[in-house]
Amino acid sequence: MEKYRIDKSKGMEFGIYTLGDHLPNPLTGERISAKERVHEIIEYAKLAEQAGVDFFSVGESHQDYFATQAHTVVLSAIAQATEKIKIASSSTIISTSDPVRVYEDFSTIDLISGGRAEIVAGRASRVGLFDLLGYDVRNYEELFEEKFELLLKLNEEEVVNWNGEFRAPLRDARVLPRPVTGSMPIWRAVGGTPASAMKAGYAGVPMFMAHLGGSTAVFKRTIDAYRQAARAGGHDPAKLPVATAGFFYAADSMQQALKDLYPHINEGMKLTNGQGFPKQLFAQGADPQNIMNVGSPQQIIEKILHQHEVFGHQRYIAQIDFGGMPFDNIRKNLELIGTEILPAIKKYTAK
Amino acid sequence: MKIVGLSGSRVGSKTRTAMDYTLGILAAKYPEAETVLLDLADYDVQFSDGRNYLEYEGDTGYVTRTLMEADAIIIGTPIFQASIPATLKNIFDLIPVNAFRDKVVSLFITAGSSKHYLIPELQLKPILAYMKAQLVQTFVFIEEQDFYRKEIVNDDVRLRLERLVEDTVVLTETFTQIREAKEAEYDF
Repeated sequence: MEKYRIDKSKGMEFGIYTLGDHLPNPLTGERISAKERVHEIIEYAKLAEQAGVDFFSVGESHQDYFATQAHTVVLSAIAQATEKIKIASSSTIISTSDPVRVYEDFSTIDLISGGRAEIVAGRASRVGLFDLLGYDVRNYEELFEEKFELLLKLNEEEVVNWNGEFRAPLRDARVLPRPVTGSMPIWRAVGGTPASAMKAGYAGVPMFMAHLGGSTAVFKRTIDAYRQAARAGGHDPAKLPVATAGFFYAADSMQQALKDLYPHINEGMKLTNGQGFPKQLFAQGADPQNIMNVGSPQQIIEKILHQHEVFGHQRYIAQIDFGGMPFDNIRKNLELIGTEILPAIKKYTAK
Repeated sequence: MKIVGLSGSRVGSKTRTAMDYTLGILAAKYPEAETVLLDLADYDVQFSDGRNYLEYEGDTGYVTRTLMEADAIIIGTPIFQASIPATLKNIFDLIPVNAFRDKVVSLFITAGSSKHYLIPELQLKPILAYMKAQLVQTFVFIEEQDFYRKEIVNDDVRLRLERLVEDTVVLTETFTQIREAKEAEYDF
């Protein structure tokens, strides 16, 4: 775990992620400018750090209703604006980028931040960026696998010799600058299905698992599949961190939390995904065994601790700001996280 | 209420004839309903390549978005080679797995042979159920002999299509009311 900068003695890490979405607030119909949204995200990271949050990450999506296409640039601004919070992508679409440039960017962010940068590499849930950036979507799978492999190699070796299909070969190439400690944690983004998790397991790479809704038990299968695949691939699962990431919203009561959050999720998903979130499924988010971390601070603490008991994961990452969530609500959530939720989670998970 | 009539094949005229007749009943009996005809013979729809339906352009984008915006869909389709036409299957492949959630779907079939009667039952209904449609269980099965020169000549078929339209509208209204009442109970 040290390799991935995870210190178990301090308890499970609590992080925050944003997709960098830039959606109207459905209650007012208004959308802030891209400039305001980018500054809001930087401010969000600063406040998260003040609340004691361990980790903050920003996503890369090349489509309408998003503002952080250049997520590494936003992350470098966050690196400058913060002092101790870990910063990462969620996720970097490695398939349509040059791994060398991605590595250079992130090790520079690591230097700016004093050793706080991590990369989460994903395959993109949408394919518009393949056209935009000049790649053939028919190579969807292979583009990711080849480039992800190269990214891992760049992290392990300072002088690289490499040959592949989608990029010019590297001969005794030195990829500089190096991160503060010589290498950085690199995670594989996983969509929640066991098949997807197994790919991360076989490669012995930490897993960043995103989830929408559903029972905790369903996602346990994914995590089990990941660890089993890791073992089959000759890796020790005990040395591989697992992070889970999904919707989070704390309010005075469960009902208030559902009320505050639902319109943002539903309308935001309609615009970005083409289908809303069914109310019936969302209502089930209240169940203590549901993976959605919504409710009163106490209910959320119990849910997260239950998930920790079931998953044995090292990091939970909360998504609060989706769908034009007003910044005041985000601020209130950070306050509840800092004063009530984080202390309880740390207290019960520290070893 | 937005109702789409989806004519599922590029071959022949019988499905379109029955669809025109069906949408005619709809317009006459329920003028307040917004109806759209999607005859796949009129559109150049590409094969699904797995992308989100919002990312398709041109005719493919229009057809998928129109279906996704519908409250109810009346599918009319012939039977080819003891199966549904590839054009219709492609439509299902183009849209999300839960595409028919909160939608009512009803069916009529135009077949060259009565031997095909169980094809919709065994092949089409399971797809629609998988994609979360609320089905009008009874479909109208129309045979070659029921048409003459692009008109329906069997009065029984006409009456059955009238009942299909009525059932589609009534079920859509009913399911919408049930859902709205249930959602209001959630109070969020």
